[in-house]
Amino acid sequence: MTAAVEADGGVAAARRLWHRLTVHQKHVVWAWAFLAVPILFYVVIRFWPTANAFYLSLTDWNMLHKASFVGLKNYRRLVADPVFWKVFRNTFGYLIIGTPVSLLLAFLIAYQLEKVRFMHGLIRALYFLPFLTTAAAMAWVWRWFYQPLPIGFINDVLALVGLPQQPFLRSTTQALPSVLAAAIWAGLGFQVVIFMAGLRAIPTTYYEAARIDGVSNGAILTQITLPLLKPTIIFLVVFSSIGFLRIFDQVYNMTTNDPGGPLNATKPLVLMIYQTAFSSFDMAYATAQTVVLFLVLLVISLIQLRILRDR
Amino acid sequence: MAAEIAAAAPGRIDALSMSWPRPGRVIAWTLLFIGGVVMVTPIVYMLSTSLKDASQIYDLRMIPAEPTLANYVVVLADGRFLRWFANSLIIATIVCVSNVFFDSLVGYTLAKFRFRGRYFVFIAILSTLMIPTEMLIIPWYLMSRTFGWIDTYWGIMFPGVMTAFGTFLMKQFYETVPDDFLEAARIDGLNEFAIWWRVAMPLVTPAISALAIFTFLGNWTAFIWPLIITNSKELYTLPVGIASFAVENQIAWEKVMTGASLATIPTLLVFLFLQRYIVRGVVLAGIKG
Repeated sequence: MTAAVEADGGVAAARRLWHRLTVHQKHVVWAWAFLAVPILFYVVIRFWPTANAFYLSLTDWNMLHKASFVGLKNYRRLVADPVFWKVFRNTFGYLIIGTPVSLLLAFLIAYQLEKVRFMHGLIRALYFLPFLTTAAAMAWVWRWFYQPLPIGFINDVLALVGLPQQPFLRSTTQALPSVLAAAIWAGLGFQVVIFMAGLRAIPTTYYEAARIDGVSNGAILTQITLPLLKPTIIFLVVFSSIGFLRIFDQVYNMTTNDPGGPLNATKPLVLMIYQTAFSSFDMAYATAQTVVLFLVLLVISLIQLRILRDR
Repeated sequence: MAAEIAAAAPGRIDALSMSWPRPGRVIAWTLLFIGGVVMVTPIVYMLSTSLKDASQIYDLRMIPAEPTLANYVVVLADGRFLRWFANSLIIATIVCVSNVFFDSLVGYTLAKFRFRGRYFVFIAILSTLMIPTEMLIIPWYLMSRTFGWIDTYWGIMFPGVMTAFGTFLMKQFYETVPDDFLEAARIDGLNEFAIWWRVAMPLVTPAISALAIFTFLGNWTAFIWPLIITNSKELYTLPVGIASFAVENQIAWEKVMTGASLATIPTLLVFLFLQRYIVRGVVLAGIKG
């Protein structure tokens, strides 16, 4: 009874206080009320874990005993680890082949598809469809495609047309490009539709003017289309580079017998992190690897933005 | 905006096509078409093999000689697939709704309210875009262990409840909403929550559907985090379930293809019906985000 009266009194007091606020002050109260839960979320689920990752990378925590500070020991171990350098090279291999190949293909497709009217929607759908598939599921389809005779689809086709058989996932040199092909395939549709949107945003009048001035097709491409497409290109370069540097689903599912194999030939940094953390439970060492991944992503994005913006 | 593009496109194609020699265009079209067919080949053969008997999987014919649904019966009779499917659907839906609500609310507040600290909050949220998920996975796992979130729906969902990407996307769209609309609602006596919910939200539906499509797709196909946070098979999401199912049945490719098809068919069906919205949504999210 008294509690209810007190609560009523509290509500009344709050109400009086609220009415005394100016319009602007009320506005500010609303804003922070809207932001309260999100701020809590970002602090607990984003900022704190980020700080924790940096901290853990400087400890020897392995889930068994309490973490104690060991300085840069994990990073020194990483630098001395030959597997890490192999993985580092692989990760950049995915980036250096994946980004240019997929962007070039996507641009060519988008550039031509823009001019096509006959069955335009159908062709666009054919290219876009793989983007909607689940990487973990499609990796198994690709894996089946790469099997040796008589199972593998690609080797079957090669045999049919009389070309030599290929080892694909069983070869240390072919495995990485084979995995990468599946990743490029999955992302291509997205890049194509983004390029097409970028191409359509270029005002028609520019082309008409160039046409009247008798500018050649090649010159239109290099002098008008590509420069005006720069924001799209920057976005896609940075976005797809980040994707290739973080490749995991395809590699994990295509090499389950020997993750990242054969002989670590396909292992990217994220798979190494996964194994260190959740197979060896060497948590501190794994967080040091995630910090390296963070630095790699940051440096690569900054370099790309720098180079592309200046041009 | 979409109407503008639609109106501009045909004229543009005519202007370009004049200089294109006929045979060149035919060759370009044919190459494009062949490329498109190559793109869907893995999907087509996955579906085709899922309809074949084990003895016929070496047969390269695209249309199975004796199509059979036997694989689907076997795989679905297992029961786990339906469970994984339901898990994925529930999780992707909840995360999607949560993102539409919170990203939209935060984006709106940052776009339309003037208060000290606004810029700081915006930059702080935006800065989380630089942190790769992989870096947070170990601390999240540690947190989940402490709070008992391992092997729960909440454990799978909590990292994605809100995203900086969605917030940024929504903020950009709310900035295009005229202040007069909100002011008019304020004069009519609506409170701030109602102004956002009933006036501002309906004005940015294209952005909301783009965000919803992107979030749903991202969570439907998410792999690494559900793989780590789930231990019991009942809690697997569809991608994790497929991977474990495929490991179990590695030589039985027709079963693996059936599993992969079950993960793919629903998205293909949705795409067939909503193709235009999905492509537009992905483009919108990609360009503005």
